[in-house]
Amino acid sequence: MKNKIPSSAITPEKIYRQRREIMKKAGVGVGLSAVAAPSAGALFGLFGDDEPAQPDVAVYQPKPLTISKKVPNNLTEKLTPESKVTSHNNFYEFGTNKTDPIENSKLFNPEPWTIEIDGEVKQKVTLDMDAIFKQHAIEERIYRLRCVEAWSMVIPWLGFPLAALLKQVKPTSKAKYVAFQTLYDPERMPGQNSRFSSIPFPYVEGLTMAEAMHPLTLMSVGLYGKTLPAQNGAPLRLVVPWKYGFKSIKSIVKITLTEQQPPTTWQALAPNEYGFYANVNPEVDHPRWSQGSERRINDGFRAERIPTLMFNGYQDEVASLYKGLDLRKFY
Amino acid sequence: MVRAILQRHMSVIKALVHLAIAAPLAHLAWQTWQGQLGGDPVQYLTHFTGKGALNLLFITLLVSPFAKRFKLAPLFQLRRLLGLWVMAYASVHLAIFIYLDLGNDWALLFNETLSRPYILFGMLAFAVLLALSITSHNGIRKRLGRQWQKLHNWVYLAAVLAPVHYYWSVKAGLAEAIIYLVVAGWLLFLRRQKLWAPVKKCWHACQAPKASKPVTRQSALNHGNIHKT
Repeated sequence: MKNKIPSSAITPEKIYRQRREIMKKAGVGVGLSAVAAPSAGALFGLFGDDEPAQPDVAVYQPKPLTISKKVPNNLTEKLTPESKVTSHNNFYEFGTNKTDPIENSKLFNPEPWTIEIDGEVKQKVTLDMDAIFKQHAIEERIYRLRCVEAWSMVIPWLGFPLAALLKQVKPTSKAKYVAFQTLYDPERMPGQNSRFSSIPFPYVEGLTMAEAMHPLTLMSVGLYGKTLPAQNGAPLRLVVPWKYGFKSIKSIVKITLTEQQPPTTWQALAPNEYGFYANVNPEVDHPRWSQGSERRINDGFRAERIPTLMFNGYQDEVASLYKGLDLRKFY
Repeated sequence: MVRAILQRHMSVIKALVHLAIAAPLAHLAWQTWQGQLGGDPVQYLTHFTGKGALNLLFITLLVSPFAKRFKLAPLFQLRRLLGLWVMAYASVHLAIFIYLDLGNDWALLFNETLSRPYILFGMLAFAVLLALSITSHNGIRKRLGRQWQKLHNWVYLAAVLAPVHYYWSVKAGLAEAIIYLVVAGWLLFLRRQKLWAPVKKCWHACQAPKASKPVTRQSALNHGNIHKT
């Protein structure tokens, strides 16, 4: 195939980092140890470190996946190395620092897993991962991922169109929106436990029916040829490439089709900063980040700043979804 | 007793303080070099150095009240070196922001500074620290005479600007930023008399003449603030 990923682009997975341990050892016994606090929550004793001790190696290791359906890929941009895709994550369920999820998810086992689909459907279902793998052909989709914090990656996802899953449950005519929910289990997701938790859990997200049925919208079960690592949203997550990363909800346990627009976590938290649509838009700035450009995370130490594209470069495919919508108002 | 020990070993104490403050920065450089900070260390580096500068600023501002309370005058000698370390951490913080975050795009830096109050506040705090660092040299201090203390009182402005800069910059987890604001408030509260004095002085200066000398039509005319009929 013409656009096959060159094997040189695939970086082998690095050994798990032990930053936390190193930081603790280096905790110079002066007031400055506060500076060296590895996580925001661990600044003073007051916040406590609720997280259980983590093993050196994760209990769940991603398994190789076979691509059962070849799809063309037009994206020629360089892939972000796997080691960076799996060590730089926003997944507050495992902590608020970028390196927290890989550290704090080592005890997280996504097996067994079930996902429930209900609401405005003719056929409610509860599926386990075996059923999902049996019913859907796995494709590889290389997408840009643009975080609202103005960094971006290029990731080879594995998955299947969300539309295929939704057709299975036969939406009723009242189904206008799709609501998603992440697992709520503070025992397994230590970030949900934090006494000073900054966001309400469970994490929820939503799409319009048209967005959910769009062929680019992916239910991802893997990346870089393997099942998803815990920190990337194992075992099942959403990937909506033309929206800011926070829309692509991880570790989904429930999908509900609704008539009313469902609440979404970041919008509920700061409605002036995050909208329901959250389409990548270089014209509409976030109060704290310019959205005109982004730092593309690649193999170099310094992520290069590149211009951000309208709808993250998927304008031709998705612009028609928003015809007549004021994107400044509906950000 | 403690005071005498401090006085006698001041150079050793200073060396230890230098080491204790340089160590986290050296460790950070080592971690970065070793790739231990994850896929994109920019945010971590920015927060680490920014919070480091803020912590050091607070420690610096704690020296005087502490030394006064426990009558440990030799500690006053630590203020300059601590202040210069605040500047060092703040400089690394700003350099990381400009070089790694903005990709050395100075036009973007200019735009961001003007369009985002939290960056503006950070820049203003940095400008204050820069002025204080440059004038920290003994020779300059002598030459500035009484003006020197006036200039160095601006540190209290930095003590307000910096935590507000931090508070406005965080996306979630405001609790920590609020603690910084509270600590800043407390450090200023410890100096309420000093900070209040100029306000009081000004108040008296403005009030006194009015109270003692009623405004007559003629004096008002002399001041030019009544329309002639």
